[in-house]
Amino acid sequence: MSVINFIVNEILSKPALLVGLMALIGLIALKKSFSEVLSGTLKTIIGFLILIAGANLVIGTLSPLGDLIQAVFKLHGVVPTNEAIVALALQSFGKQVAAIMALGFVFNLVFAWITPAKYVFLTGHHLLYLATVLAVVIGTAGIKGANQIIIGAVMLGTIATVMPALVHPFTKRVTNDAGFALGHLNTLGYITSALVGKWIGKGSKSTEEIEISEKWNFLKEPIVTTSTVMIIIYVLLAILAGPSVLNKYSSGGNYIMYALMEGLTFGASIAIIIYGVRMILGEIVPAFQGIALKIIPNAIPALDCPTVFPYAPTAVIVGFLSSVVGGIIGMFLMGPLGLALIIPGMIPHFFDGGTAGVYGNATGGRRGAVLGAFVNGLLITILPALLLAYMGTLGLANTTFGDTDFCWSGIIGGLISKMGVAGAYIGTIIFAVILLGLASYVTIKLNQSK
Amino acid sequence: MEQKSSKKLKILAVCGMGLGSGLVLKMTLEKAIKEMGINASVEVADVASATTMATDLVVTSYEFANSFFQKGIKVITIKNYTNVNEMKEKLQEALKES
Repeated sequence: MSVINFIVNEILSKPALLVGLMALIGLIALKKSFSEVLSGTLKTIIGFLILIAGANLVIGTLSPLGDLIQAVFKLHGVVPTNEAIVALALQSFGKQVAAIMALGFVFNLVFAWITPAKYVFLTGHHLLYLATVLAVVIGTAGIKGANQIIIGAVMLGTIATVMPALVHPFTKRVTNDAGFALGHLNTLGYITSALVGKWIGKGSKSTEEIEISEKWNFLKEPIVTTSTVMIIIYVLLAILAGPSVLNKYSSGGNYIMYALMEGLTFGASIAIIIYGVRMILGEIVPAFQGIALKIIPNAIPALDCPTVFPYAPTAVIVGFLSSVVGGIIGMFLMGPLGLALIIPGMIPHFFDGGTAGVYGNATGGRRGAVLGAFVNGLLITILPALLLAYMGTLGLANTTFGDTDFCWSGIIGGLISKMGVAGAYIGTIIFAVILLGLASYVTIKLNQSK
Repeated sequence: MEQKSSKKLKILAVCGMGLGSGLVLKMTLEKAIKEMGINASVEVADVASATTMATDLVVTSYEFANSFFQKGIKVITIKNYTNVNEMKEKLQEALKES
């Protein structure tokens, strides 16, 4: 017994070691050499510890920001940054997240194997983020332990199989059927953008016929854009709030310089978190892919959104800017609606807005790219505000999840889990059957139309 | 340890944050390198830190290529991240030039 106790208490309850164990199993299953297995496992564990270090840094910069927003707008203000909220949530739900991610991937493989939707979701950081959302909302509703993990994993596996399938008719159009699918959990935003484009874009020319000046190049580096915007937000709010609010943080120093440093530190902490995630995924994703291809030989890999950027690079910038505008307008609508103030987070607007631009352009040219991405910007402002109600004490952390699929699935997961354990299982099964049925239907239709 | 070919090439697979699509590039690159028998190691990086890293060659998409051109770093741009043939062709071209 003491051996089992030791394994449970000293290994499985430490998320860093649990994720390391996942990498270890994957690398051994792929028959990697001893040195590759050793370095891969170590890098995964160290990556996780780096992630936690970044989380501590970001907490430090988010609490003065919360105070500033409160002082200026008399509202609760939140910046949706997946990297930050995931790092925070992992501190309390680490082992559940790791288990949901691993088991959820197994469900993805099972669903891809038994349904016509043969999509294997390989965007590792989004699997990690979705596992986090689900662990948080299910746990907050009071379902803990094995039930929390199983319900979370079935939902994760369903979403990972279904979303690439639902957007695939448009993805094929974007990439001229390049043989991969889109696996990025803002898919509701992309489908909406493509539909908006289809609806209003008739006769509009492609964005790729526009020349964009080189001086906008800096917009292409997400960390630079995020830091710039955060500096502007911190300094502007500090000026509006006056020196008194930051006094308790700055220990007598100049408050504007303090705000400037906090903005820069926010950028730095996101860079640290991303570095940690990169170290973890560098080992786990190739292992996932190796395992998936062995089980489902005709699987279509569902990949991260920048894989579609080369098919319409101008639409990416157009979509990003247009999504930010949607986010800013959405922000001003939040107060009157009685919702938390959602400050546009630049990382989600860059990746989601850029991709929404690509999809809007594919169906509706320039008009589609602009308006599709604009609607996406509204969606990724309103949905995160609605999700906050299901996040328990984590909802007070001044940050939240940014992308649409995290939000709607988090809301559904939260609602289902409030029905108690039995209700949650029934709800999860209904959820899985409806979505997998829809994905199968879309896939069969798509294959017939060839 | 005897190595027939000259020194080991260092290749960077670069995307916006070095999280998702850079990894896909890395996996495709590793397949291409293996099939072509090139002695190289591949690492993933984000565009901001990649410009400061020592490397022989950068593989990325069109929109990030400019940052490397400006610094005189050798770069090839890929359109389809999963297409091993495109990767091989462009690698061949880049290696011929040097």
